[in-house]
Amino acid sequence: MYIIIAGGGEVGYYLARMLLSEKHEILVIEKDRKRCDLISEDMGDIVVRGDACEARTLEEVGTGRADMLIAVTSDDEDNLVTCQVAKHKFHVRHTVARIKNPRHKKLFDKLGIDATVCSTELILAHIEQDLPSHPLVPLLKLRGRGLDIVEVKVAPDSKMVGRKLGDFRQLPNSLVCLVIGRQKGPQIPTKDTVLEAEDEIVCVTEAGSEEKLRAILSGL
Amino acid sequence: MNVVIMGCGRVGARLAGILHSEGHKVTVLDIDSYSFRRLPAGFGGQAFVGNGTDEEALTRAGIQTADVFVATTQGDNRNVLAAQIAKHIFNVPRVVCRIYDPIRQEMYQELGIQTTSPTKTGAQALREAIGG
Repeated sequence: MYIIIAGGGEVGYYLARMLLSEKHEILVIEKDRKRCDLISEDMGDIVVRGDACEARTLEEVGTGRADMLIAVTSDDEDNLVTCQVAKHKFHVRHTVARIKNPRHKKLFDKLGIDATVCSTELILAHIEQDLPSHPLVPLLKLRGRGLDIVEVKVAPDSKMVGRKLGDFRQLPNSLVCLVIGRQKGPQIPTKDTVLEAEDEIVCVTEAGSEEKLRAILSGL
Repeated sequence: MNVVIMGCGRVGARLAGILHSEGHKVTVLDIDSYSFRRLPAGFGGQAFVGNGTDEEALTRAGIQTADVFVATTQGDNRNVLAAQIAKHIFNVPRVVCRIYDPIRQEMYQELGIQTTSPTKTGAQALREAIGG
């Protein structure tokens, strides 16, 4: 595939390296001369100095025939504009943007950016498992389906404790896939599965229903 | 009208003054409180420190009840991001965005945002001033 990477910082650099090793055709667009020198020194003639937000730069690197454009500068706004120019002017089929502000994901989705990667959210998802104050951990987003897979811990004061799963029809837009009991270990839930405090539950949930689910299971 | 202006540079501050003197309710948002010195004497609107590309800062500035949102920071892309948040997330009825780069300005105009390019209008004004 021909993949354009907008931004030759640390993320762009290692992304280029990995994609090159997978035999893709890679082009990096980077504003800073020193970064450009470093990239061409290490990886050969795969970098063009310029501003990836400008249609002229994208034209110059043949964006029209690119299979994918990945915008990984450190600025959400620059990544958004690069992806939008690539989409609307060059009809790139697949655009990916790196974002820092998790709230920007919704807008980028709405504007047709095909995928966003939010480093802040990724870090949070990893530390949340160790934070007692965050009883709901997003594990995976099923992109394009509006579904998330999440893990929730049943709090001791949750009204679910001691009840059978079948008693609770009102889990908001969620399907319980797995119950990991503190003592009993992982089990495939049936309607007779009794929940206990500190059980961990893996659910498929409709995006946006997480808060309701969190409220019911965590007893908040 | 209820107007939120993001960016209190020379243009933003002047625009805020004009709108306020016309009797509109004006709120200015800038990441640097020092920029509020540019607001004209007697400006009676509100000024908030905050990043206009952040939904929470926009909410604090009252975007939910705004009739108009104007993005006039120094950064084209920052303006574009904030303008699209105002339009698509907060459904502000009228969103105006300054974009220096004429190519980007035309593209976002096509995408339904009211845009203006000082590069184009400035060059045109200078051409007319030259005469001949």
